[in-house]
Amino acid sequence: MSDFVSDFWSLWVAGITLASVLGCGLFLWAVSIKRTNAKVETTGHKWDETLEEWNNPMPAWWSWLFYITVVFGLVYLSLFPGLGTFQGMLGWSSHGQYDDEMKVAKETYDPIFNKYLKQDLKTVAADPEARAMGQRLFLTYCSQCHGSDAGGARGFPNLADKDWLYGGAPETIEASITGGRAGVMPPWAPVLGDQGVKEVANYVLSLSGHKHDANLAAAGKPKFEQNCVACHMPTATGNPALGAPNLTDNVWLYGGTEAKVIETISKGRNGVMPSWKDFLGEAKIHLLAAYVYSLSEGK
Amino acid sequence: MNQSDGKVAGKVEEPVEAKDLYEARKNIYARSVTGIFANLRILGVALTQFVFYVFPWLIWNDRPMMLFDLVHRKFYVFGYIFFPQDFVYLTGVLVIAALALFLFTAVAGRIWCGYACPQTVYTEIFMWIERAIEGDRAQQIKLAKSPWNARKIRLKLAKHAAWFAVALWTGFTFVGFFTPIRDLAHEFASFSMGPWETFWVFFYGFTTYGFAGHMREQVCLYMCPYARFQSVMFDPDTLIITYDGNRGEPRGQRNKNADYRAEGKGDCVDCGICVQVCPTGIDIRKGLQYECIGCAACIDACNQVMDKMSYPRGLIRYSTENVMLGKFPERSMTAHVFRPRVLLYTAILTAIAIALGVAIYMREPLKANIIRDRTNLVRETDDGLLENVYRMQIINMDEKAHRYTLSASGMNDLKVTTNEAQPLLVEPASTRVVSMSLIADPENLKTGSIPVHIKIQDVDNPDISANEKTSFLVR
Repeated sequence: MSDFVSDFWSLWVAGITLASVLGCGLFLWAVSIKRTNAKVETTGHKWDETLEEWNNPMPAWWSWLFYITVVFGLVYLSLFPGLGTFQGMLGWSSHGQYDDEMKVAKETYDPIFNKYLKQDLKTVAADPEARAMGQRLFLTYCSQCHGSDAGGARGFPNLADKDWLYGGAPETIEASITGGRAGVMPPWAPVLGDQGVKEVANYVLSLSGHKHDANLAAAGKPKFEQNCVACHMPTATGNPALGAPNLTDNVWLYGGTEAKVIETISKGRNGVMPSWKDFLGEAKIHLLAAYVYSLSEGK
Repeated sequence: MNQSDGKVAGKVEEPVEAKDLYEARKNIYARSVTGIFANLRILGVALTQFVFYVFPWLIWNDRPMMLFDLVHRKFYVFGYIFFPQDFVYLTGVLVIAALALFLFTAVAGRIWCGYACPQTVYTEIFMWIERAIEGDRAQQIKLAKSPWNARKIRLKLAKHAAWFAVALWTGFTFVGFFTPIRDLAHEFASFSMGPWETFWVFFYGFTTYGFAGHMREQVCLYMCPYARFQSVMFDPDTLIITYDGNRGEPRGQRNKNADYRAEGKGDCVDCGICVQVCPTGIDIRKGLQYECIGCAACIDACNQVMDKMSYPRGLIRYSTENVMLGKFPERSMTAHVFRPRVLLYTAILTAIAIALGVAIYMREPLKANIIRDRTNLVRETDDGLLENVYRMQIINMDEKAHRYTLSASGMNDLKVTTNEAQPLLVEPASTRVVSMSLIADPENLKTGSIPVHIKIQDVDNPDISANEKTSFLVR
C-alpha cells in the first residue's frame, strides 16, 4: 500500500514530522518566560503617553494547552498511520473501517433481506413492502443504466415492458442479475460489404413494418437467411437462449432508424450486463429480480 | 500611532508593576427590590416562562402545539407544519429578532438584558428561591460568614436541591420541545430516556444550574456576545439608567428633617442601597458602565428611599446622555425618540414583519422537487418520440391527505406521464416520490435544452398548486 518508492523517503517524511512536532515543543519551552511577581519588562514602545507594550509571560493554561497538543500529536502518530509507512499501533486503516462498517450493516440488514430468500419470486413480487425495498435497491444500483423508471436507454434494455431478450420468467431475471449477460453480435461489414449491409438493414426494417426500400429489402432477404437466422431464428423473432433480439417488433435496443440498423449490422454490438453476485449477494438480487419482474406485470 | 521620540523600537525599557489579569469573583448578594420596574421584570419572567414551560404541553389537532421534530424533520408550530424546505421563514424570524434587538436597544438601552433575557430570568428565579430559603441580603451574608453548623448545612442543602429541581425541570422542558413531552415524561419517570435525550436534559439542566445559580453576572460580563455589541447601538439619545449627579452631589448622610441644602449637600443620602440591589455589583453613581444590564433595580430602590426622605423621585431614572449634558430639557426627551435611526429600524422591522406574515399566510402546503435522471438524459421511445425521465418528489405539508395531478407547459404537445395512476394521493405531512417522464415529438424541436414548467395541482382544491421548473433535453 506504500506510496513511497523506497524506504528512505518514508523515513525522511517520518523524521521531518517528528522533528517538527518536537521542535514546536522545544521552541515553546525555550522562549517561555519565567513567571515571577517581579516587575514586567516593556518592549520600549510607547504610544499616546501611556500606552505601552509589555513583555508578559503567556498565561500558564495557554502554554499548557500548547504542550498538550504536542503530546497529543505524538500519541496520535504512534496510534494511527501518519509517520511514513508506519501503520500505527492500533492497526487502523480506512479500508478496515469501511469493512467493519459494512459488516455491521450486513448484520443489521441481512436478516431483513434474508426473510424473502425463502419465498418464491412471484410471492415476493406481490409483497408491496418487498417491492418498495426492491425499488430503493434498484435506484441505488441499477438506475444509472436502466433509468429510474427502468425504461432503459440506448443500449440498455427497457425492463418495464413485456419484451425480454433472455426471457421474462422471474428466475431468468434473477439469473441475468446474478451472472450478468454478454449480448454480442459480431460485425458483418467484412462479410456482407457496405451494399450488402444496407440491403440486409432494409430487409430487417421491413420485418417490423418500418419505412424501407422494397428493392433493397428484397436483395437483403437471402443474405439475411444465409447469415442471420442462426441467432435471430428463421422467423426473425430472436432467441432468448442467446439474448438475440426479436427483429419483428418495434423495440430497438440500439435504435430503429436505417442509419442505426446499418451501424449495428456493420460494426456489431457488444452489450454487457455485469455480474452482481459478488457485489450484492443473493438476498438483494432476489428482491431486485422480484421488483423488476413486478414492473412488467399487467402490461 | 505616535511613538514618542527618542525611543528605539525593540529596546527593553525599565520594568513596570506586574498586574494579574485574572480577577477572582466576588460574591454579589443582591438585595430584593419592589417597585414598578421590578413588577415589569416579574411580568417578563412570567410571560417568557409561560411560553417555555407551558407551550410544549399544549395540544393542537391531536398533536403537540409546538414541537421541533428533528428526527422526522417536521416543525409543528400552532396550526403549521414546517419542513426543511421552509427554512426561509426561519431566516425571517431571526432577522426580525435581530432588528427588534437593534430597535429596542437604540431606544431604551439594554432593555432585553434587564427584563427578558433567559440569563436574567433564570437568575431572578434562582434568587427568589435563594431568598425564600436563606433570607434577604443581610441574612445571606451572615450565613456565608457563619461557621458550618447543622442549620447552615440544612439551608444550603435545601437551596441547592431546590435549584437543582428547577434546573432539571428546565432541562426536561427544553428537550420537550424536540421530543413530544408526554412521551418524554414517561421515559423520564421510568429511566428509559434515549442517550441523547438524557444528555441534553442534564446538559441543559446543569448549564441552567451553573449559569443562574453560580455564575450569574459573570455570564453577562465575560461570556455574552450581545453585551459587547449592544453598547455599540447606543447613541446620546438612548434611554439609559442614570444617576442625576447635578441633583445628587455632593452626597452625604443627613438627618431627615435637616435643611441639607444649607449644609451644602445634594439629594443623595449615600445609603448605598443602589449598590446593594445591583445584580452586577456596580455603583451606578459612577455613571454608565459596561456591566450595567439595564435592569432598573437601582431606580426602584432609590425611589423608595426618596419617598422615605420626602424628596422628589427620579434621582436615579431612565434618561439620556443629551438630557444629562443639558442639551435640551427632559420634557422634550420623547420627541428625540423619533430620530432617523429609530425610524429606519422601525420601518425595516415593520416591512420584514409584514412580509413574513404575508408569506406565511400565503404559503401553500405543497412543495415539489424534480430530479432529473443523471445518466440517460434523453431516450427515444419505440414510436420515435423523445422522452426525458425525472423523479418527482411531492411534499404534502398539510395535515390532510391530498390528491394531485401533474401538467406541463413550456413546449407544444408536451405529454406528462407518471408510472403510477393520477391523481396521486399523498398522505398527510409526508412525501411521495414517483417516476415522471415528459414525452415530445422531435419534429420541429431544436437540439439543446428547453425550459419547461411542471404544475402540480390539488384535485379537490385547485388553489393549491406548485410550479416547478425543469428542462427538457433534445438530443
